[in-house]
Amino acid sequence: MSAASSAAPPTPPPAATPTGAEVLIRCLAREGVRRIFGLSGGAAIPIFDALVDSQIELVLVRHEQGATHIADGYARASGRPGVVLVTSGPGATNTVTGLLTAHMDSAPLIVISGQTIRPNLGTDAFQEADVTGITYPVVKHSYLVNDAAEIPRIVREAFHIATTGRPGPVLVDIPKDVSQGPCSANFVDALDLPGYQTPGRAAPEALSAAAALLAKARQPVLYIGHGAVISGAGKAVMALAKQMRAPIVNTLLGKGAADETHPLHLGMLGMHGTAYANRAVTHCDLIMAVGARWDDRITGKLDEFCKDAVKIHVDVDPAEFNKVLRPNLCILGDAKLVCEELLPLVQPCNSEEWLEQCDKWRQKYPLRYPKRGGLRAQHVLDRLDAITGGRSIITADVGQHQMWAAQFCRTREGRRWITSGGAGTMGFGFPAAIGAKFARPEEEVWAVVGDGGFQMTLAELATARVHNVAVKVLLINNNYLGMVRQWQEMFFENRLSGVDLEGNPDFVKLAEAYGVKGLRIRRPADVDRKIEEARSWPGPVLLVAEVVKEDNVFPMIPAGAPIANMIIEPPRTPLEKPSGST
Amino acid sequence: MAAPEAAQRRRRPHTLSLFVANKPGVLVRVALVFARRNYNIESLVVSPAARGDFSRMTVTCSGDPATLEQIIKQLTKLVDVVHATDHTGDASYETEVALVKIVQPMDRRTETLQIAEHYGAKVVDYGPESLILRAYGGSEKLDAMIELLRPKGLTDLVRSGKILMARGLQET
Repeated sequence: MSAASSAAPPTPPPAATPTGAEVLIRCLAREGVRRIFGLSGGAAIPIFDALVDSQIELVLVRHEQGATHIADGYARASGRPGVVLVTSGPGATNTVTGLLTAHMDSAPLIVISGQTIRPNLGTDAFQEADVTGITYPVVKHSYLVNDAAEIPRIVREAFHIATTGRPGPVLVDIPKDVSQGPCSANFVDALDLPGYQTPGRAAPEALSAAAALLAKARQPVLYIGHGAVISGAGKAVMALAKQMRAPIVNTLLGKGAADETHPLHLGMLGMHGTAYANRAVTHCDLIMAVGARWDDRITGKLDEFCKDAVKIHVDVDPAEFNKVLRPNLCILGDAKLVCEELLPLVQPCNSEEWLEQCDKWRQKYPLRYPKRGGLRAQHVLDRLDAITGGRSIITADVGQHQMWAAQFCRTREGRRWITSGGAGTMGFGFPAAIGAKFARPEEEVWAVVGDGGFQMTLAELATARVHNVAVKVLLINNNYLGMVRQWQEMFFENRLSGVDLEGNPDFVKLAEAYGVKGLRIRRPADVDRKIEEARSWPGPVLLVAEVVKEDNVFPMIPAGAPIANMIIEPPRTPLEKPSGST
Repeated sequence: MAAPEAAQRRRRPHTLSLFVANKPGVLVRVALVFARRNYNIESLVVSPAARGDFSRMTVTCSGDPATLEQIIKQLTKLVDVVHATDHTGDASYETEVALVKIVQPMDRRTETLQIAEHYGAKVVDYGPESLILRAYGGSEKLDAMIELLRPKGLTDLVRSGKILMARGLQET
């Protein structure tokens, strides 16, 4: 390509002076980076060149969006930042969806993009895009590197910002003449970021105020979100629940912060949460959010959400306070530290009647699915949970299969459940599993995907094959964009529009074309055997479950409706169109 | 002197002061926080701060008051913003400069010059077809003067936007 066509050929720097790219790679190594996920291109060639002599392994992906999701899965599975390297223009714009996904779900991601040479900036040069401009709304912070001497400081800051406080993605855009030119700057350790604070311990007054409110509760609920997973607050949350005698509910992304199989745990709340979790939230007299943000999937109709309950909000990001609703008490601090410091201040809540009531709901409204009428996704996922003992890492894509996986695959600990919650990015699940397996190769990693989302990033089958990343992909194939079809059936008089995935390939043959093991389940009787066969295969596997075409996720709270309007069983009468968003 | 009706009817804008790192892109990051929430920026003044490498921004904006708290928090959250403070209605010293061009024959300017004198505006350009007045002071005072000058042949108006400074040892 014409990467260097428009400028005078750069003179190679003397051997003694490293290039900006070489300094960049050394800085990344110093941050503990062992692997970079990327796709090359003209403006990034100097950086790819510097990787040749580095200990850092380059994982070549097939699409830049795949790189961002792989790095995101790597980050969420390990707690360490995922690093992406792409070229300028379209290479960089292909990371925008991945940046949004990471930004919405607070995942630490570093995206390094090549950029046209500095004299060409703003001239519509080949493969030039204003990448810092395009990405402002979807990054925690970003840099356009104007001087190679700034590289060590910028890398140090980028990693600090991406990984501390509420984590998030940071973009570093590097013009090619900066990466190719000489750089004699030294490593930087000291940080000078006067506009950036990361809360740690909570104010003692806030903790004692919380203890006073908790002491009065008789029907408390702990509402646990992704922040608890990120801060590693699982044990502290469970200890607090046991001490208070309070039930736990978690959000889609909070799954596993505390063990979902524990008797005090009521599972996931919200739009497709368990009926008993949602009943508990409807009837509680106190709800304490730990690293959760009262998302519209959770609250339903806001005016009626926990109307009379005391609300406490623990978060590391003060901008979340009073954003959606006004809690009685906000506690700024790290979720784990806050829970640990609260523990000695709280007493059992005199909540035995309440816990009995929650158990009654649990027994009255268990998660159910029809056992007859063909192969069902719920059955496959239920068996996956049983066979793996819930000990695998599960990534989920977005749609019906995601909600069924969230319901039936109960998560026992943090960083074992990875999905795109905030952005709802189809195509996330499969590459995220590759990243999770890279991060924790000793773990069994399953990607639960649908036929719609999988086709958005399936080119990473090649990445999995080349690096022999032994992810097990469970493809729930109903040949529909099933969640939208469900809405159209329930709320739009079954007027199906844009949901029939006629033309799907034979996915087993597709896997085989990539050199990946392909397996198929057609009958309920084959489920266990095929799951075991996939587990015992040493490399990546695509296990295609050909499930019934028309099935719906229940329970369901129509968007914007009060939680109390939860639909537990398939409705017999037509429903009104939901007032809430999506 | 009472402000004319038009100025009274104008929605009272919020005034924010920001202390920010003087880096490329900081203005865009700040502007996006407002735009995303359907807030309109009415004036924005950026200038170097006393400390090197930092800038001051004074922003007047209008929109849903309930959103303002979230805007200030999101501004504060930006890495390049050291602090963001709401000064709406507090006792900070505020001022603004206005340049006003009046197209008016030489022999009809008596009232214009009287208005200018009343408001302490200085004639900075006196030509045969037009004159330019420079006035400074509180935004409401300038609004009042401008309304009086409109029928006198006011053709161009440039205002600097409000700047402010907190009194005493309070942080701006």
